[in-house]
Amino acid sequence: MNSNRRVAITGIGVVSALGPTRDAFWRGLIEGRSAIRPMELVPKGAVRFPNAAEVSGFQSVDYFDDKDAEVLDRFAQFAVVAAREAIAGSGAEFRNGMGERTAVVTGSCVGGQTTEDNEFRGLYALGHTRFPPMTIPKAMANAGASRISLDYGITGPVFTISTACSSGNHALGLAFWMVRSGMVEAAIAGGSEAPFSLGLLKAWEAMRVVSPDTCRPFSRDRRGLILGEGAGMLVLEPLDRAQARGARIWGELAGFGMSSDAHHITQPTAEGPARAMRAALADAAAAPEAVGYINAHGTGTPSNDATEAEAIRSVFGAHAEKLMVSSTKSMHGHALAAAGAMEAAGTVLALRDGIIPPTANFTEPDPACDLDVVPNTARTAQVEWALSNSFAFGGLNAVLVFRRID
Amino acid sequence: MSDELIARVAAVIAKTQHIPAESVTIHKTFEELKIDSLDGINILFALESEFDIDIPDDEARQIRSVREMVEGIEKLLAAKEAR
Repeated sequence: MNSNRRVAITGIGVVSALGPTRDAFWRGLIEGRSAIRPMELVPKGAVRFPNAAEVSGFQSVDYFDDKDAEVLDRFAQFAVVAAREAIAGSGAEFRNGMGERTAVVTGSCVGGQTTEDNEFRGLYALGHTRFPPMTIPKAMANAGASRISLDYGITGPVFTISTACSSGNHALGLAFWMVRSGMVEAAIAGGSEAPFSLGLLKAWEAMRVVSPDTCRPFSRDRRGLILGEGAGMLVLEPLDRAQARGARIWGELAGFGMSSDAHHITQPTAEGPARAMRAALADAAAAPEAVGYINAHGTGTPSNDATEAEAIRSVFGAHAEKLMVSSTKSMHGHALAAAGAMEAAGTVLALRDGIIPPTANFTEPDPACDLDVVPNTARTAQVEWALSNSFAFGGLNAVLVFRRID
Repeated sequence: MSDELIARVAAVIAKTQHIPAESVTIHKTFEELKIDSLDGINILFALESEFDIDIPDDEARQIRSVREMVEGIEKLLAAKEAR
């Protein structure tokens, strides 16, 4: 075990409402383009909120043969498609014993929700008495991780983490620690989600946290979050190994910190997120003053954004004035377990390209979120260190630290 | 605001919060009754069933007391009546 290894990101794959590729995602973010549109995956008017960030036009047949498409839920398909893009770009190979020394760690909040919803509807409403035999392996939360391991012959540690909206960051953080410690030589990590089943949307409706129009993080007139879907996957490897094989290096995953509020099942605190940010900075051995950008959790709910701003101020003190803080959920929606993974991709690309993605749909400042939220237009800025925040219902906070590698 | 309406709203709040009905009076704030945001949405859910109405999120967010809740329900019931 070598705890001093630096960890490089050598592959990035994204499926999002902005498009089914990393490039479509990044182009959307730097154009400040919001992919929030009228929902198409559930009947119109069936829930109170009409809009979402769906991956429109995603067709299984474009990526899978008929038999595979039938046994993979939409959330697992997103995971596999994003992993393919990340792995192909990384040039990583899993032969000659590498498969055994590689991990797959995915985040999933609701698993094969649409599959379950569909079959349960058959049972309760349509008088069906039998389920397709693949329902269980199709709906299990680790379906995406398992499929990636099968497709690539990855036989090391493969598992799935479920911590609601922090799942993606927890998955990336643990995979990062596994690579850094020498437990594995590579990891495919991220998160995926496909939450657009009518049953689940009715439950979200009852929570009264979904906006009736759009997602306006940090704006005074914000009215809630907008649900999204998709996947983000990164390939992680020791930096020296990645350099030795001449891999393309997108950036460094440099730190991970987590905490629990132990305060309330849904109401956030500033203390818990602040502790996670401090832990992540300490893990990365990064000074708060070195950080230039934070990709915020920024859900657009009245309570999250104000609390997150307070947490950022408490960690960064006077330096908070110099930070750029944006929420890209204004563009790709809140994709639950995929959110942290997509935002990790966005943060790495921001450092690499020197472009900070904006907070879209911004209307007017809220004194309770008095930070530079990069309103509506991307900004050119060379930044070395950045944070990406994820905070979950249940009070679970997970923060990643990224560093630019020139 | 009829006494009957106040009593029905108070009964729903008391039942949802698992507190004695007599503790829920028109003058109480939610804070005094220790109703937090999650309790609040449970109460809204129960009231929507009780009165067969839809309580919009934006209006619900402003409600901080039993009186405001009863007034809001009264308005929604009047609107339902008028339909």
